[in-house]
Amino acid sequence: MNKALKIVVLAKQVPDTRNVGKDAMTAEGTVNRAALPAIFNPEDLNALELALRLKDECVGSTVHILSMGPMRAADIIRDAIFRGADGGYLLTDRKFAGADTLATSYALSCALRQIGADVIVAGRQAIDGDTAQVGPQVAEKLGLPQVTYAEQVVQVKESSIVVRRRLERGVEVVESPLPAVITVNSSAAEVRPQNALRMMKYKYAMTSSEIAADVESLSAKMAQKHDYLKIVELTAVDIECDEQQLGLLGSPTKVKKIENVVFQSKEAKRLEASDEDINGLMVELIASHTLG
Amino acid sequence: MANFFLDNKDLQYHLEHPLMRKIVELKERNFSEAKTYDYAPQDFEDAMDSYRRVMSLTGEVCGDVIAPNAEGVDHEGPRVVNDRVEYASGTVENINAVNAAGLSGLTLPRRFGGLNFPLTCFVMANEMVARADASFENIWGLQDCAETLNEFASEEQKQKFLTWVCNGATCAMDLTEPDAGSDLGAVMLKATWSEQKQTWLLNGVKRFITNGDGDVSLVLARSEEGTTDARGLSMFVYDKRDGGMKVRRIENKLGIKGSPTCELVFTDAPAELVGDRRMGLIKYVMSLMNAARLGIGAQSVGLCEAAYREALKYAHERRQFGKDIIQFPAISEMLSNMRARLHGARALLYETSRFVEIYKQYTHISHERSLEAEERQQMKYYNRLADAFTPLVKLFASEYANSLAYDAIQIHGGSGFMKDYPCERLYRDARIMNIYEGTSQLQVVAAINGVTKGTFVEHIALYESLSYSEQMQPIVEKLKALRQRVEGMIERVETINKEYPQYKDFHARRLVESVGHIIITYLLAQQASEVDDYNSDAKLFLKLTEAYIASAEAYINSSEGEDVSLISEVQEQY
Repeated sequence: MNKALKIVVLAKQVPDTRNVGKDAMTAEGTVNRAALPAIFNPEDLNALELALRLKDECVGSTVHILSMGPMRAADIIRDAIFRGADGGYLLTDRKFAGADTLATSYALSCALRQIGADVIVAGRQAIDGDTAQVGPQVAEKLGLPQVTYAEQVVQVKESSIVVRRRLERGVEVVESPLPAVITVNSSAAEVRPQNALRMMKYKYAMTSSEIAADVESLSAKMAQKHDYLKIVELTAVDIECDEQQLGLLGSPTKVKKIENVVFQSKEAKRLEASDEDINGLMVELIASHTLG
Repeated sequence: MANFFLDNKDLQYHLEHPLMRKIVELKERNFSEAKTYDYAPQDFEDAMDSYRRVMSLTGEVCGDVIAPNAEGVDHEGPRVVNDRVEYASGTVENINAVNAAGLSGLTLPRRFGGLNFPLTCFVMANEMVARADASFENIWGLQDCAETLNEFASEEQKQKFLTWVCNGATCAMDLTEPDAGSDLGAVMLKATWSEQKQTWLLNGVKRFITNGDGDVSLVLARSEEGTTDARGLSMFVYDKRDGGMKVRRIENKLGIKGSPTCELVFTDAPAELVGDRRMGLIKYVMSLMNAARLGIGAQSVGLCEAAYREALKYAHERRQFGKDIIQFPAISEMLSNMRARLHGARALLYETSRFVEIYKQYTHISHERSLEAEERQQMKYYNRLADAFTPLVKLFASEYANSLAYDAIQIHGGSGFMKDYPCERLYRDARIMNIYEGTSQLQVVAAINGVTKGTFVEHIALYESLSYSEQMQPIVEKLKALRQRVEGMIERVETINKEYPQYKDFHARRLVESVGHIIITYLLAQQASEVDDYNSDAKLFLKLTEAYIASAEAYINSSEGEDVSLISEVQEQY
């Protein structure tokens, strides 16, 4: 595949909700971000891997991360660069704060218009909100076709892309014109590890705010000296948007209350009559000492 | 989600050792490469920051990829298909992961694509890999062969092979043959110069070759026709892509089953001479073996770590008589001794790595320019320490790996004997560690000179002269007394040996291990003087040392010269 693609991965830094302790929620019922480590949203890592594989296949392609969040969200952009991404954009501004999926996808789509992309890849959903809405909304706002639940890119053609989707009852292979938005499932390939050489080369990659916060440090000096160490910072002004549609102001969603749902029956699990599934079950039963 | 570096405070402690400053400055030649390579460090702190990051990355790959694959690798193992080795599927995944993470050529120079990291970091990475899967450490750790090429090969060979290793080529060292195991001077594989092909051709059989089907092999071969000893052997580098070598079979082993142990047949296999003819065993293999012994030291400590953790975990989970079995002193006594030995072996491992590293760096610098008088002296000093400490760490760490794996099963009780828990694999994997790269008996032979020629005692005197925390003062006082007793034992053995020549061999292990115990206790006392966490390790290890020396001393004092005949009796039986 000779087509050089400009690929942008939408990624989010999220609180790690997989190991929730008792102090995970504040008294007000919001997420206590201080108690949970901030991580790269897991399915966004699958999206990154899909993008990097696309880059490996299509010579001359580039992969950039676009993330909206506070200053520290630059961590996931660095993480992505260590794994092979070429660079990143951090959408950061107080005006973005408190955004629901509508305001988020609005801000992202404005930024994407500025950046430009042949392929936009995102994780299916984030583990903090579990909405799976942002990717599709971005596609709608940009007027682009969307391929959801993607697992693998099968082929890139001159002006289209062939993608395998993982659905509840099987797989589906679809072809979409480019540019397109693809959202990726956790069943897609796992992300590659960080690379030692890249990590050393890019460890001082920073946004301009990070540089300003600690001008005298070696890292800030390095980042100022080398262009490849600059993470582009975008504010509301930079993305030419209607500020009424940003952040809390642009978010119609109102959380009325949060309920703790307790499952009445025991967890159910569906297994196929395949060797692989049976083997998986055996391993689980042996590990839990139900068998053996 | 496991990280074998971040979950291990002891490892992190050793990375921050004060001697690292000297090591980094030697290794980085005053940070001169920062101008040429965008990933080279700017200064000491920058370098240390990179080491921490890459060790953490290594720890993550070990915890998330290699360790979860270990059981499958042990069951599946490699196989021979059409004269070539096919690794277990988990091993293939491991290789892909370490290559994607860029962990090949960790210590090699940047001009070949290496990371130019200190040996200490390589040893640490080896240890973590071994904790995850000892059999994979064999494959990954063999990249150390490239260090021997870096030291002795021609520039052209380095360009070709080191660059390849930095890109993930795996290595092998082809030394042993059916009739040449510990006695490598008996190697028979023939190397002949072909005028017609303008290359050396290898013909013969190698046996017990770890990762024998690796991309790059260092082959010890007889290049001088008509010779029968070490002086007729040379070192060759063989590129698998050139053909001429077949894997005849792989061994079915007790442990480290994921690591293919191969029998190789060379038939007119083209190879390049490394360095000078006739120096194969005398110079190059000795260098290779010393590095490999340190590698097994690291592998052994990694296994100790795994065994200790498995045992500790089980002791906290298993309930009997209404409480967790860790609550029973019989169990906690075993575990605290395991921890003291684990931390002791690790202390010795990194002390040795630092000695080897400084010596090696001076050697490399001496190839670039002539050393100042003081540098030459330093090089000699650290060379002597490296030679003495390397067999010591191999001996102690590999024996501890076995005893900790044994104890880990014991703590698991009947469940530990079943295939359900990883401890049985650790027990099988550990068993080779005090055998290969020189048995414990040969490590004693290598270390006894350090005992009788004073290297160890002099170095112990240096440890005595350091300052220790108040808590450690009584320990240091006891160690001084123990050192004097050991000197008495050495003197007695030397005196009697004059009349009964095998007497020293009879007691060599007791002497070496007595000295080793004192050294380890000192290292732990130094650590305890800096960090309180090591207090109980130091205090416990002192007791092991006191008990060991009391027993060794009693044995030696009650043993007369005539006792040599007691051990020679079996020579006539059978």
